[in-house]
Amino acid sequence: MASTPLTPPAPLRARAANRPRDSISSWPLADRIGYMLCWAAGLSLCLIAGAILLLMFIKGISYLRPELLVESPSAAKDQGGTGGFLDPIEGTLLLTAIGIGLAAPVGVGVATWLNEFQRPAWLARAVESGIEMIAGTPSVVLAIFGLLVFARGSLGFLSQTSAGGAVYGRSFLIAGIMMSLLALPLIVTSTREGLAQIPAHLREASYALGKTKATTIRRVLLPAIRADIASGVTLGIGRIIGDTAIVVILMGGTLQLQGAGGAPLLSTLRGTGSTLTSYVFENSPAGEGNAPQKAYAAAFVLLLTVLALNLAVTRMSSGRAAAAKQP
Amino acid sequence: MERPANGRRVLAGGVGAPLASPPVAGASRRRVSPSLTEVKERMRLESVSLAYGDRWVVRDVTLGVRRGEVLALIGASGSGKTTLLRSLNRLTEVTAGASRAGAITLDGEEIERLEVTALRRRVSMVFQQPNPFPMSVFENVAYALREEGREGLRGWRRRMGARHELEPAVIDALRRAGLYEEVADDLDHPALRLSGGQQQRLCIARALAAGPEVLLLDEPCSALDPISTATIEELIVGLRESVAIVIVTHNLQQAFRVADHVAFMHLGELVEYGSSEQVFDHPRMPRTRDYIGGAFG
Repeated sequence: MASTPLTPPAPLRARAANRPRDSISSWPLADRIGYMLCWAAGLSLCLIAGAILLLMFIKGISYLRPELLVESPSAAKDQGGTGGFLDPIEGTLLLTAIGIGLAAPVGVGVATWLNEFQRPAWLARAVESGIEMIAGTPSVVLAIFGLLVFARGSLGFLSQTSAGGAVYGRSFLIAGIMMSLLALPLIVTSTREGLAQIPAHLREASYALGKTKATTIRRVLLPAIRADIASGVTLGIGRIIGDTAIVVILMGGTLQLQGAGGAPLLSTLRGTGSTLTSYVFENSPAGEGNAPQKAYAAAFVLLLTVLALNLAVTRMSSGRAAAAKQP
Repeated sequence: MERPANGRRVLAGGVGAPLASPPVAGASRRRVSPSLTEVKERMRLESVSLAYGDRWVVRDVTLGVRRGEVLALIGASGSGKTTLLRSLNRLTEVTAGASRAGAITLDGEEIERLEVTALRRRVSMVFQQPNPFPMSVFENVAYALREEGREGLRGWRRRMGARHELEPAVIDALRRAGLYEEVADDLDHPALRLSGGQQQRLCIARALAAGPEVLLLDEPCSALDPISTATIEELIVGLRESVAIVIVTHNLQQAFRVADHVAFMHLGELVEYGSSEQVFDHPRMPRTRDYIGGAFG
């Protein structure tokens, strides 16, 4: 008996293939056209994404030199003498750090309050609409708004004040504050989604151990949705890194980091500078620098950064899917 | 066996499963007569009624919860047994619009007078779904042991190095829940990697860790396989010596196997309360007889 070889069942796929296929040839014409259009749209999206990658890759590789990453930009008549984009890279990192440093705690806090407390109800509704409004506001509008608010005398400590007493209203701090508004809705949304997925009985299990709501949030809920918070933060970082309008308007037209004087870090924070996006903008044929080769190289670095972030989000989401097996 | 075969047949006929060979728990438990352990009343429910909004779900229930025995609440879905159970540690208050009339006391003290967090440490609960927290096995139990809020920053720093302080209590709780031998080497593994039955025993360990006087179990086996169910039933019977246990169950055989006293509820009312033998073998009320006989449920 034991020697009888077991024949494995035929693979499901083969069986499926034997079944008559659900062919679209029997569909009405309109449905068939719609189906083909969807199919074509999907395909062309792939082509566009591929083209962006390929072109930027070719241009980037051909123009990117290691020294570009370590040299500061400088003014010169011909493209060869304009230096690299060290300052924009530093600026990107600094601005992202400020933006996320503000948006992450506020976003997680707002989301937790919205999901776990929601009292008073009218305020919760107002906050929800407020977040939606911020999410829908174009960043250039946020930038102008920032200028309006922060160029006041009383807020001069955030930027620089000219000899005549006028407040510039342009600095890393101010741009960072407005950038945090870009990231905030993304962090709030993903945190809320995470909290909403936690079953009620998990909260009750914590209450049943004599824990307060605050302890439950701090020690059970927030740790449980770490992956959601992280993916919100990563999306927020992508948003901040990719924005140009706020940088161009709220950090001045300079490409170099220009401190405001005083203590080293504070000087940079109150000073102006650039990011990779504004560097690309200024150096592209549309800008004034007109060093398109360097714009391509910087754009390539930017693209790589954003792609790496997207990869990180995908990784985290799959981690979340694994964690969500909890009943 | 003090329970004759015909006593079981009533039940077996009703729920359609043979009871002739009960799982371990049932067989061994009957040897321990309640007189061997000191029975002491811990909680008292006096004319308790509970409502969600203006809908009464529990009406005028008077009951005692005693250490040294297991009390089973049985009844059809919607009979109010889970609500009644949740009112014992004021977990009903989590639900908006819930209200209560009547008095519930714990060791003679009204539970309203107690700090709710203190009450819940004394009256602990295990839920229908195994719900370990997404942390390590050790941390799940340690979480119950830590008194948050009283620590301040120094306490927080102490907590970082507190593992060796908590370890004996964590291990003890895991032992009492019959889980320690299985997880001794994996205390730092994520609790969610345990099997369903192990997860539920971890939840029991967690509930036992703070040293409760009363343990509430809300259909603790309904999501588990028969072997895990038998393990947990055995555990429940063993635990009743140290904690008063109230178990809500849909499973009449389970109530029969683990309970010393049974309360049968129907549409929010306590229809019959008595010893397990009395309720299953000689139900006084026709509705109890119908339910146990399988006429509805």
